[in-house]
Amino acid sequence: MRDTSTSNDLPRRGQSVADEHARADGSAGSLPRDEASREITLHDGSSRTTRREFLKVLGGGLVVVLVTRDAFAAPAMRLQPGGAPAPLGDTGSESVAEQIAAWLHIDGDGAVTVYTGKVEFGQGIRTSLAQQVAEELRVPLHSVKLVMGDTELTPFDMGTFGSRSTPQMGTKLRQVSAAARERLVALAAERWGLDGSTLTAAGGRVSDTRTKRSLGYGELTAGRRLAETVRDDVRLTPPERWAVAGTSAPIVGARDVVTGTHEYTSDMHLPGMLHAKVLRPPSIGATLASLDDRDARAMAGVVVTRDGDFVGIAAPKLADAARAVAALRARWTPATGPQPSSNDIYDYLKQTKPKNDEDGEGWRRAEPFVVGDPNAALAAAPHKLGRSYRVAYIAHVPLEPRAAVAKWSREGGREKLTVWTGTQRPFAVRDDLAEQLGLRQEDVRVIVADTGSGYGGKHTGEAALEAARIARAAGRPVKLAWTREEEFRWAYFRPAGVIDVGAGVNSDGTITAWTFDNYNSGSAAIRPLYSIANQRVEYHPSESPLRQGSYRALAATANHFAREMHIDELAELVRMDPLEFRLRNLRDDRLRAVLQAAAERFGWERSTGPTRASSTSRRRGIGIAGGFEKGGYVATCAEVDVSGDDVRVVRAVTAFDCGAVVNPDGLRNQISGALIQGIGGALFEAIEFDHGVIRNAHLADYRVPRFSDTPSIDVVLVDRKDQPSFGAGEAPIMAIAPAIGAAIARATGVRVRSMPMVPEMRKQKAESRKR
Amino acid sequence: MAIQIEVNGRRHSVDVDPAQPLLSVLRNELALTGTKYGCGEGQCGACTVLLGDTPVHACVTPVSSAAGKPITTIEGLERNGRLHPLQQAFIDEGALQCGYCTPGMIMAGVALLSANPAPTPGEIGRAMEGNVCRCGTYPRIVAAVQRAAKGAEVSEKEERP
Repeated sequence: MRDTSTSNDLPRRGQSVADEHARADGSAGSLPRDEASREITLHDGSSRTTRREFLKVLGGGLVVVLVTRDAFAAPAMRLQPGGAPAPLGDTGSESVAEQIAAWLHIDGDGAVTVYTGKVEFGQGIRTSLAQQVAEELRVPLHSVKLVMGDTELTPFDMGTFGSRSTPQMGTKLRQVSAAARERLVALAAERWGLDGSTLTAAGGRVSDTRTKRSLGYGELTAGRRLAETVRDDVRLTPPERWAVAGTSAPIVGARDVVTGTHEYTSDMHLPGMLHAKVLRPPSIGATLASLDDRDARAMAGVVVTRDGDFVGIAAPKLADAARAVAALRARWTPATGPQPSSNDIYDYLKQTKPKNDEDGEGWRRAEPFVVGDPNAALAAAPHKLGRSYRVAYIAHVPLEPRAAVAKWSREGGREKLTVWTGTQRPFAVRDDLAEQLGLRQEDVRVIVADTGSGYGGKHTGEAALEAARIARAAGRPVKLAWTREEEFRWAYFRPAGVIDVGAGVNSDGTITAWTFDNYNSGSAAIRPLYSIANQRVEYHPSESPLRQGSYRALAATANHFAREMHIDELAELVRMDPLEFRLRNLRDDRLRAVLQAAAERFGWERSTGPTRASSTSRRRGIGIAGGFEKGGYVATCAEVDVSGDDVRVVRAVTAFDCGAVVNPDGLRNQISGALIQGIGGALFEAIEFDHGVIRNAHLADYRVPRFSDTPSIDVVLVDRKDQPSFGAGEAPIMAIAPAIGAAIARATGVRVRSMPMVPEMRKQKAESRKR
Repeated sequence: MAIQIEVNGRRHSVDVDPAQPLLSVLRNELALTGTKYGCGEGQCGACTVLLGDTPVHACVTPVSSAAGKPITTIEGLERNGRLHPLQQAFIDEGALQCGYCTPGMIMAGVALLSANPAPTPGEIGRAMEGNVCRCGTYPRIVAAVQRAAKGAEVSEKEERP
């Protein structure tokens, strides 16, 4: 439990909680270290041992701790639409009104270390956060080091998802850095007996503009251990004056990646470490009826552990662990209840209510959003259009499958567990491990190395828990690295869904009525930005037969697919150009701007109807779509080449506005990558399953975008220095699918309303040939 | 059974099942973890290494079939602290996100450049089709291979009298 009892009398900014001067011998001064750590602990409330450990690690220099009122300390999963309840760690207990948001340390040599609970999964946040620190602290970028995602060293963090790192952590790190800079200037003023008005901070030094003397940050703190708590009311450097932030700083850590020396969790090795394997059931939900493990146990060095349905193996060699798991003779009882397949999933999702809809899990229930009288408006509209759209379950396929290294130790007579694992929510995984294994939170440490991607697929800690259980039984550290097949079968998926859309339009192109019903896929970006007087928008949770959860942009991709495909068809219905039609119904300036920017760069050709089916088998078409989510405005134009039953995206332009851009090159990388990933879900990615078995659990059977699927891509950055910075890991994925769908319609006259579109287009063509 | 292999110019004797994939020998016996596991089925290219000049998927290459041929992994590209031009090009183009596919991409690219010193974007894509970058940095990878190719061309010209 967090101790919040002192939250009402926090020190104001500038008030030191510990300030000690060194003795002549340079050792710790008059205030014992424990005193300093106790003071900091007061305002954090989490593990005291941890904070003491933290300060011990730091040694001398200046520590600045930022305390903030954090609106986002609310339970994480309540913000996550769609999907089953998070299988791990209810973080609801973390909703503390005020908490430590960030801290940084400047050592005697001026080296800056920043501690943040965020994790690096390829989104480039290690680089862009360091830029923001360097900016406010006025130090060279290379002198800033980030310690990330370590539950013992970094402040509590909800997790790295929802594109929150830039708007929230970025802001916090700017605040703590600016406060640290102010404190350093104050230290210099004190040292020189000045009021500070002539002092400036730059290049890691404080200088006096009048006397030209200067001192490095390290020199200002050397010999002392200073700890200060600051509030978030510090003044920040406006983006127009950014010198380090706002530039295309190269990727931090890139050298380690290109030389193969970066250590992912799956690359780790500990002395005495064993390799682990887990026995998997033949189908989802099957329970273990009986187990004969005599042959496996007879193998040299093999440890077998069983707890209910969980059976884990450890062996000195990975190959031996694999042989041992193959030697297990298990009988399984298949799950009872309905077993819908990928062929009948859409009817199932539409008809099935979630079992736990009434048991107080309020976040699964969603009130409809209603304005005006959509039914009456629809009835009165001169043009009406009702359509149903579908999206399939898809897999994240992070190239590094789940992995964990677990090590148990004894400290002070208590069991302590350290787990290294690639999770987007280290603190939630820590809490879950503690709960599942009967430990206190402070006796579990989760450390996240920069990880081989996640895309929302690694919110959980399955491998961490499995490794911890096996390591406990084996009495040795173990590494468990999931296979690709395990990742396909036992991770979770982006939810499948059905979206029914109805709309009424006047002959002048004004949308007068809008109804939107999303079944199961989720409520992210479910409401349109179009100005429509009469609307009903509703999310209907369902009972998913497959384990489902977060995904890059959540349901925003599905909702934009349905919405923007429908808008495109409405434009055609009233014989208007789809861009013109959008602009007519859109008052949001920033969305209008990205649509216009994308169209201009693309060379949008005005059109008022589909290209009629031509005699050639090869046809080209263009499409446009746009939208808004998580602070990002996106518009994409795409050109497709439809050859027989094959669709290739040959050209795409995305315009994107996420406020003041922190790293233009990193942002382009995210936008282009999201667009390419989006092509997979749009055209060919789908999980096939029946009777609780994933039928395409291999990369040979589950197609992901490759070099040949990559169009020529142009990215237009709309840099709004007058707007706060938002994240960009997610929103750029949303517009490509409907842009492709519109382009296919323009090329062929065929409207494909299911993602992935290629198999659906083939089906529609086959059906039309039959007729 | 002891098998002799030569990795990055160093000879090793490894006592493993001859059918064991080269990937697991590199990673678990020789602690060369720069070569990654991505699928175990030769579908993603994360485990690409060179056998001689030929790129192979180490995850489906039995260690016995690699005996007697020089093996080059990502750890073997750097020379005296100097990165291979393609490694440097990946940094210069920012041709990575999570970086997990990068070692395999670089090895596939090195193999391509040794066979075709000036590949077109189309040739690069076709040669590297077996390598997956789930983060979707393909255009930058193509640019990095082209940058390395151009750099090699330039330095060759410079070296000429």
